[in-house]
Amino acid sequence: MVEQSVVRGGMRLVRELVALHPVPFAVAVTGSALYAAATVGSTIVLGRVTDRVLYPTFELGEIPDGSLPLAVLAVLAVTVLRISGVVTRRYFAGMTSERSQRSLRHRLTEQYLDLPLAWHHRTPTGRLLAHADNDTEVTTELLHPLPFSLGVAFLALFSSISLLIIDVWLALVAFLIFPALTGLNQVYSRRVEGPSALVQASVGVVSSTAHESFDGALVVKTLGRADAEGERFGTAAHKLRANRVVVGYIRAVFESIMDALPSIGIVLVVVFGTFRIDAGAITRGDLVQVAALFTVLALPMRVLGFFLEMMPPSVVSRRRLQTVFDEEAPPPVADAVHLPSGPLSLRVTELDYSYGQAPPDLLDDGRNSHDGAPVGPVLSGVSFQVAPGEVVALVGSTGSGKSTLCHLLSGLIPPTGGAVEIGGQPVGRIPDAERTEAVSLVFQESFLFADTLRANIDLNGDADEAELQWASSVAQVDGFVADLPHGFDTVVGERGVTLSGGQRQRVALARALIRRPRLLLLDDATSAVDPKVEQRILTALRSTPGGGLEPPTSLIVAQRVSTIKLADRVLYLADGSVVGDGPHEQLLDEHVGYAALVRAYETANQ
Amino acid sequence: MTAPTDDADQLESVDNLGASQILRRGIAASPELRDGLVATVFMGLAVAVGRLTVPIIIQLALDIDPAEDGSVNAPAIVTMAAVALAVIGLAAVVGWWTQRRLVERAEEAIANLRVRAFNHIHRLSVADHNDTKRGVLVSRVTSDAEALARFAQWGLFSWTINPALILGILVVLAVYSWQLALVAIVAYAPVVPVLTKIQKRQIIAYDNYRTRVGDMLSSFSEVVMGAAVIRAYGAERRARRDIHDTIDRRYSARMVTNRYMALVFVVGDAFGALAFVSVLSAGLWQREAWGLEPGVLVACLFLTTMLNGPIADLAETMDQTQTAAAGWRKILNLLDHPVDVIEPEDGTHLASGPVEISADGVNFAYRDSDALVLDDVHIVIPAGTKVAVVGETGSGKTTFAKLLCRLADPTGGRILLNGVDLRQVAPESRMSSVRMVPQDGFLFDATVGENVSFGAVGEQSDEAIAGAFEALDLGWWLKKLPDGVASEVGERGENLSVGERQLVALARAQLADPGLLVLDEATSAVDPETDQALTHALRRLAEGRTLVSIAHRLATAEAADLVLVFDQGRLVEHGSHETLVDAGGIYSGLHRAWIGNTRTDEQTV
Repeated sequence: MVEQSVVRGGMRLVRELVALHPVPFAVAVTGSALYAAATVGSTIVLGRVTDRVLYPTFELGEIPDGSLPLAVLAVLAVTVLRISGVVTRRYFAGMTSERSQRSLRHRLTEQYLDLPLAWHHRTPTGRLLAHADNDTEVTTELLHPLPFSLGVAFLALFSSISLLIIDVWLALVAFLIFPALTGLNQVYSRRVEGPSALVQASVGVVSSTAHESFDGALVVKTLGRADAEGERFGTAAHKLRANRVVVGYIRAVFESIMDALPSIGIVLVVVFGTFRIDAGAITRGDLVQVAALFTVLALPMRVLGFFLEMMPPSVVSRRRLQTVFDEEAPPPVADAVHLPSGPLSLRVTELDYSYGQAPPDLLDDGRNSHDGAPVGPVLSGVSFQVAPGEVVALVGSTGSGKSTLCHLLSGLIPPTGGAVEIGGQPVGRIPDAERTEAVSLVFQESFLFADTLRANIDLNGDADEAELQWASSVAQVDGFVADLPHGFDTVVGERGVTLSGGQRQRVALARALIRRPRLLLLDDATSAVDPKVEQRILTALRSTPGGGLEPPTSLIVAQRVSTIKLADRVLYLADGSVVGDGPHEQLLDEHVGYAALVRAYETANQ
Repeated sequence: MTAPTDDADQLESVDNLGASQILRRGIAASPELRDGLVATVFMGLAVAVGRLTVPIIIQLALDIDPAEDGSVNAPAIVTMAAVALAVIGLAAVVGWWTQRRLVERAEEAIANLRVRAFNHIHRLSVADHNDTKRGVLVSRVTSDAEALARFAQWGLFSWTINPALILGILVVLAVYSWQLALVAIVAYAPVVPVLTKIQKRQIIAYDNYRTRVGDMLSSFSEVVMGAAVIRAYGAERRARRDIHDTIDRRYSARMVTNRYMALVFVVGDAFGALAFVSVLSAGLWQREAWGLEPGVLVACLFLTTMLNGPIADLAETMDQTQTAAAGWRKILNLLDHPVDVIEPEDGTHLASGPVEISADGVNFAYRDSDALVLDDVHIVIPAGTKVAVVGETGSGKTTFAKLLCRLADPTGGRILLNGVDLRQVAPESRMSSVRMVPQDGFLFDATVGENVSFGAVGEQSDEAIAGAFEALDLGWWLKKLPDGVASEVGERGENLSVGERQLVALARAQLADPGLLVLDEATSAVDPETDQALTHALRRLAEGRTLVSIAHRLATAEAADLVLVFDQGRLVEHGSHETLVDAGGIYSGLHRAWIGNTRTDEQTV
């Protein structure tokens, strides 16, 4: 049902998008008007050719002087105008729609880049990708048929005028048929909307069923569940079929009537027209002209229908985009503070953190929500200090809040309570650029850009060859890079070379090291690296980076005993709090939980 | 034969010859379409007849002889109109009915094809099922089938109606005057080469456009998935440049295709105008020689103009048609892809209890590849043995384990279970006697209980399921769950940790009570608590069964009765852990590396 609110929303959307790119839109509408004028013009030419050239030729027995070249010229002239109109309209309508799409995408991705990480964390990835891809496209699709739909108004105006000039009675037939076509269009749009939505929903079910089933192909096979899976998929596929058939039935009715109506109109015109010719009210050319007008009017009437059909999905998609536009990026730090030089100290006081809830998605199908995510406190009352240059291991079982703590320490997400100070300065007041330059966090999941290894390691593109070599050798990247076809210029990721998990982690580590960080946070960043290689990396980390620099202060989330033993001190995190702080041996004696955990790690790693 | 997953296959365009072959093969694969073809012909005819009434009635009205008193021949006109309306009405009804049939048949054919493709994919051996190919397989039953469905909604009607309309127009034109028909055809003819030429460029433009869309989507995913890295490293500038560039490049590529979209539609119109003036001029000049009436000439002009519509419409459908044809061909090629593992008609049933395994000169190579993944493997594993299979990535150890479950058949030699060739074992018996616990512990979006009972024979009670957990000493874990057996695991089991998913997989195996258990050990980190539970549960599960583990850990190999060492597809060493360590071969090297890295000098507590 095309409701009033949707229509209003649609009009608002049209105004917004057109305001973004008014020039191509105006050109497209002009083209559409030109098309309308030339279309009506071509029927006039046909009528005049009938009256002035065709019949006189048969009646006089010869072609009247100069009339045929004139007729040919007139036909070609209206055709050129009509073609120009169509090309202009189609090209510029496309341009308006594509430009609006481009603008929306620029605006949206700017938001993605500006909004804080916490927002990214609570918004499902799939939703963000769908906004940027599908939603912007559906939003602006509405602009495609719009100039043509507006052209329909011109067409209606010009044809009404030409009909009224010819004959009121014939015009009356047209005024009966065309509103009927428009009305029919609206009825169709309304009828087909619900079933179309059902089709969309079942397409989604078919797709997710296939994805799930093939992802679990091995299990399906080993359990002999292929038939059951086939049945499950078959149900989804046939549900989709049934929904499509319903839409098809509605269309069959509509198309048949839409196809027959203009023909019926022409038959009526011919009957009335013959009597009107007899009465001397119109010429034969007039009759031919009206009949021709009827044949060209059918298509534009249907385009109006397309526009109406597209309105609801466009409006809904635009609303989804608005949820992102409405988010506000945090303002830049007002009372900025600056970091001291050299390795940085770390001071954490009564730190609390709990995850907020994901914002509700408009028309969410429920599959995107973070149902499994914890909502309660992740960290509470965490306090500790790390001296400049110290190497500290952070140990805790899964879900104890290690990753969250690393994110907080790096200033990527703000704490719910308490304070983090780096180099004696509150982390929230250090300008972003200064903070990211001094602090490097290496994540558990290493993310690589689809670019060369060089670009992946040297993200800012300002390191020299020696720095690249140094970082690569410490992170043990140089060994496998030498074996790659183009060395550091090998493209990785999509359409490039795929690296193993351990190799990816080493690249991510080199990316951190090349910046010569003064505080290094490793969030289980070497978990997939071979233990022997890991030892080499961690030992090298403690050595002097050269160039008069001192080794960074390091906080290392550790899973391996060998890693833990490399640290000066261990922080033992359990249930969101620091319960132990001291050398490895001391914690082994003091905390049963710690000893058990470390023992478990040993067994697990064998 | 082309493999269904061949990448080049996706880019190839579909030429006309290919199109007719696809149609033949497609109809052979979907018999429903035969009935649909009849509907197609009738629907085309109905629409053509309805539309052609228009020029005919105009001609009749213009050329009709007046009544005797010189006034209009009212009865004749009214009769004529009544007949015309009846024909239009009838054509509409036939059109409506046949369109319904066509929709039903086409949708049925697509749904059945989709389901057949789906079933076929599950029947393909694991060799065709690796991670890189999986996305391609999914797209066979989703995007390729959807391309067909979109075609069924628009392009199909275009192809149904327009050729019939063009043919009908030419026939009526020829009946009025074959000479004028010829003039119209000659004037229109160049439209075909011109459109073909434009189309070729259009295809290139579309290919380029699709590549740009791909680039844009991957830069979107970088900004979203790499959000943390971008922020942690202050890489916004670079990300911003990348994303705006790819958005702009997609726009430019799109505008090139847009140019063709705008052009294609008017080519027919341009030639239509030429045909119109040719018919008009020729008709007037040769009116006497060709015996033309004025009304006939008007009707012929109408008919010539009417040719524009179907030609423009077909030109517009071309792109969609090509996409659909490509999708159809990919699905048909998939269905032609042979199924390697063919179940025996009347298979042997294995006795319950531990299974003896014997590999007899087993070779394995992937299709289209000469490299042997397994090379002449001979081994006899007595019933009840605990076996650890070790070797580096690519050594063939995983393939060996998969062959034991008949996820693929050896390309040479044979595998015997209790002396029966695995290929002769009845599928039901194999499913219950041989169980594989895969590494990823994949779960379906259902409850824990449902996931456990998948693959078991018949309905399983909650008690039986809980019993399976109890038997593995995992009752405590089940009690920890919010709804016990009825707890939902979420999509792909995401509500559970990796380790917990494996617990469920073990309970599933326990319920089936197999004689041979094949275990692919997890490599990803499992939290220690769950890990201990897993180790213990596995020990319980393995009691009284033959166990083959693809070992990634030293402890597994140490605890095994028999260690098989694979290297480059060959079984290079086998024996007990102690024997192999002392032998000083590959295994002892692996063992030293393990020991050196993970064991601490002093044992704690």
